[in-house]
Amino acid sequence: MALLEVSQLDVRFALRQGEVRALRDVNFTLERGERLGIVGESGAGKSVAAFSLLNLIAKPGFIAGGSIKFEGKTLNTMSERGLRKVRGNRISMIFQDPMMTLNPVLSIGEQMVECLKAHRRISTKEARGIALDKLRQVQIPSPEKRLDQYPHELSGGMRQRIIIAIALLLDPDIIIADEPTTALDVTIQAEIMALLLELCEQHNVGLILITHDLGVVSQVTQRMLVMYAGRVIEQGPTREIINDPQHPYTQGLINALPQMATPGEKLNQIRGSMPSLSNLPSGCAFHPRCDFINRADGQPRPACTQQVPDFVDSGNCRVACHMVAEMLEDRRLKEESL
Amino acid sequence: MTTSTPAKAPSRWERLRDSFLWYSFKRDRTAQLCLAVFICLVIAAFSAPLLAPTDPYDLRQIDILASELPPFWIAGADEMYTLGTDAQGRDLLSIILYGTRVSLLIGFGAVALQALLGVTFGLMAGYLGGRVDAFLMRLADIQLSFSTLMVAIVVGAVVKATMGSAFYSQYAVLMLILIIGLAEWPQYARTVRASVLAEKNKEYVDAARVMGLRSRRIMFRHVLPNTLSPIFVISTVQIANAIISEAALSFLGLGMPETHPSLGSLIKAGFDYIQSGSWWITLIPGAVLIVLVLSINLLGDWLRDVMNPRLYKG
Amino acid sequence: MIAFLIKRLMHAILVMFVISVLAFAIQDNLGDPVQQMVGQSVPESEREAIRERLGLNDPFLVQYARFAKNAVQGDFGYSYFYREPALEVIARHLPATLELVFAATLIIVLFSVPIGVYSAIKPRSPVSRFFMGASIIGISIPVFLTAILLIQVFSIGVTVSLFPESTGWGAWLNGVLSTEGNMPSFGRGYDLVHVMGHWDTNLITWDGLKHLVLPAVSLASIMLPLFIRLIRAEMMEVLQSEYVKYARAKGISMRRVYFVHALKNTMLPVITVGGVQIGTMVAYTILTETVFQWPGMGLMFLDAINRADIPLIVTYLMIVGVIFVVTNTIVDLIYGFVNPTVKLTGKPA
Repeated sequence: MALLEVSQLDVRFALRQGEVRALRDVNFTLERGERLGIVGESGAGKSVAAFSLLNLIAKPGFIAGGSIKFEGKTLNTMSERGLRKVRGNRISMIFQDPMMTLNPVLSIGEQMVECLKAHRRISTKEARGIALDKLRQVQIPSPEKRLDQYPHELSGGMRQRIIIAIALLLDPDIIIADEPTTALDVTIQAEIMALLLELCEQHNVGLILITHDLGVVSQVTQRMLVMYAGRVIEQGPTREIINDPQHPYTQGLINALPQMATPGEKLNQIRGSMPSLSNLPSGCAFHPRCDFINRADGQPRPACTQQVPDFVDSGNCRVACHMVAEMLEDRRLKEESL
Repeated sequence: MTTSTPAKAPSRWERLRDSFLWYSFKRDRTAQLCLAVFICLVIAAFSAPLLAPTDPYDLRQIDILASELPPFWIAGADEMYTLGTDAQGRDLLSIILYGTRVSLLIGFGAVALQALLGVTFGLMAGYLGGRVDAFLMRLADIQLSFSTLMVAIVVGAVVKATMGSAFYSQYAVLMLILIIGLAEWPQYARTVRASVLAEKNKEYVDAARVMGLRSRRIMFRHVLPNTLSPIFVISTVQIANAIISEAALSFLGLGMPETHPSLGSLIKAGFDYIQSGSWWITLIPGAVLIVLVLSINLLGDWLRDVMNPRLYKG
Repeated sequence: MIAFLIKRLMHAILVMFVISVLAFAIQDNLGDPVQQMVGQSVPESEREAIRERLGLNDPFLVQYARFAKNAVQGDFGYSYFYREPALEVIARHLPATLELVFAATLIIVLFSVPIGVYSAIKPRSPVSRFFMGASIIGISIPVFLTAILLIQVFSIGVTVSLFPESTGWGAWLNGVLSTEGNMPSFGRGYDLVHVMGHWDTNLITWDGLKHLVLPAVSLASIMLPLFIRLIRAEMMEVLQSEYVKYARAKGISMRRVYFVHALKNTMLPVITVGGVQIGTMVAYTILTETVFQWPGMGLMFLDAINRADIPLIVTYLMIVGVIFVVTNTIVDLIYGFVNPTVKLTGKPA
């Protein structure tokens, strides 16, 4: 049994103009100590996925179907009380913008101690001791001083270190990091990422890393999910996807990486932009931007515009694309006829 | 504005917003009801000379013997006076219609003056910045911290004491418009200044400046139209406030005289008789005042929700 | 702390300066103390001599300087009507007004915070909808009308005979809807207890408290709905914030999220607005005190206006100015203590 098992996750937003499906058919597992990347453009549903894991999606949103199992217990049907014992304790989160994440009117110490006291029966003094220990682990300069400071007295990088320290406070099994370095200065992004990885490895903590940065995911994670318009379109071992992407969108993303371009030439890019979730194109949501909707014989593949593609297994990866399905089918027929 | 500038000025955006306004109005029962009530009251008030059974300003039509008659549903009522009579024997329905007209006139007039002063000062403060801004906003701060009602009372008292009661009564409508207009301009100035500061740094203002337009023209032709929706929203609230302020001043005896009463002075006049059981003289004009102000406030609430979708998330 | 106080003091002096100039201008234009002192029979030449001796012919600035100097020493001149120092008259009326404002503030704080917080946490519940509807009605009723309604219902009493008295339920409904009307609606009562100086209180006797109820409720009625709506709006915004989401993600109890994380941030803007509004309440005391004949400063001020008692008007304005400045300073101090991003010490962060 995997540590975390997400199957057929379906998240919707009840808006005035009707229901919008923000997330559908999301399936993945995470083993203890494993690192999983979720990649996609903004609006693809990455953050919704992160928040729905702990059942934290805000009001108009709700989990409409599927299950999230943590150590065999279903989180999405668990009581608020039961969830609270998991949140911050067994599964903790790191938010995107450290400037907005810490409460401006509470001291760092208060915000760390309250988290410890919510999950363990300990005295404030003990809690402060643990907090101080974690602050040392995230290599913050003069940690003793920090407990009594307020967030506005610290820089963005320091705040994100503190948030990492809070995430580690209760020695969790999983950390969900939602774009943990996007809001930081480029110069300290790598530093913070390295720190996060080192600590995860050291404590054998599973990491779900949500980012739009394919480069980071390729360096850091063992497996990855590529999301587009609320769906997973390709998933599997990171190395295989990076080396041999199947889905046209994933190919586009990889080609768009600066290191893939020849110096002096224009960067590759995927034409068009992602559709809004409330107004998805028919069939495969990617088809208006896809260069491969034509069959080998030059005729457009009708399934692309009419039918939502199912997953097909290609080696260790799973891909949701009609083109790939067709190719695999051809290959299979060929092999059979041989 | 619409005819003097070339046809592109009230752009597609403007029309879109109008249509969204209309769309949400069609769906909102409360807004429809409030607008209907408000329009009815305005029409009734301004056609008071046509609708009122008697002319309350005409002393010959007043029968002092018929004073303090109750409204029709209470025993002892005279069917000639539907809502009864006040302490001077005036027909309450007529005097309320005329009084509502006075209240609305002062409310609209004062808001027009506030808007004129506030928009001008707000534009100046926001656009020119520097010392002008500092001076105007400090003035607004002090005036607001002193509370607009207090300022109105003080100005009213001073004007009344300087000019004498008789003169003050004669020009009461004008005086009240002036007093309430002067007391409440900071609300407008602040709102306009805030949205000017937000607009100022946008590209179209730079573009206008690069084109060599003078700052006054930029302010009125380019910046002002973009601050209209907050002005529109606070205007509703300000009309309600102005009507309440007028009523308060009249209630304190610093407003309309009893011979030419507004809703506030009717309430004041009737208050003396409430202990003797003639509650209708004060409470019926009071009810009209509440309905009037409530309908405006509810409309204002609805407008703010529609024009500020950020607040609507809840 | 000291830097902060100095800054506040400078601001206070500026405000008081503006008010004093205005007050003096009023006095200079309206009052003719000579007229008040000697009456009509004294010939013009003699009046002129008195004017000269009193310095009334001095330039405006000289006169203002004298006025300001006296004012700082607590000398605001004599009330024409009471024939005693104006400050003395104010001091006698001040406690009644302060007690009224205090009681109204207490009502506002006790009700607005729970109602505002509740309707922010559960914006769609029927109870919240009821309070939101009630608050807009509350805003729409002028304070003097609230006062009159309260008098009609609780002091004079309402006899309802809408339902047929012969049927049991009709009589019962009539009885429920009718009120007895035994609350006092006039003055502060007779059992005033002397505390010190000019301060007689009615806060510690049953009769005095009964007299206080209606005026305090009607004074609170204008601010309570404003505060409920303000707290609700601020709280709803705070509840959308990242740090509230984060607090939930840490597994903290909702009670702590609402009342520690959200409420503290909600109260910051509420404190600022609240300070200004409590100053504003002084203006509304004029209306409330008039309706209830509450023997405070507001009623005294209105009487002074009607009697053209210029020194008393001017003194009242100055005292109200002082009250505003003091409340604003206190509010700023409280704000500084609650909000860690404001450094009262003046040290750079």
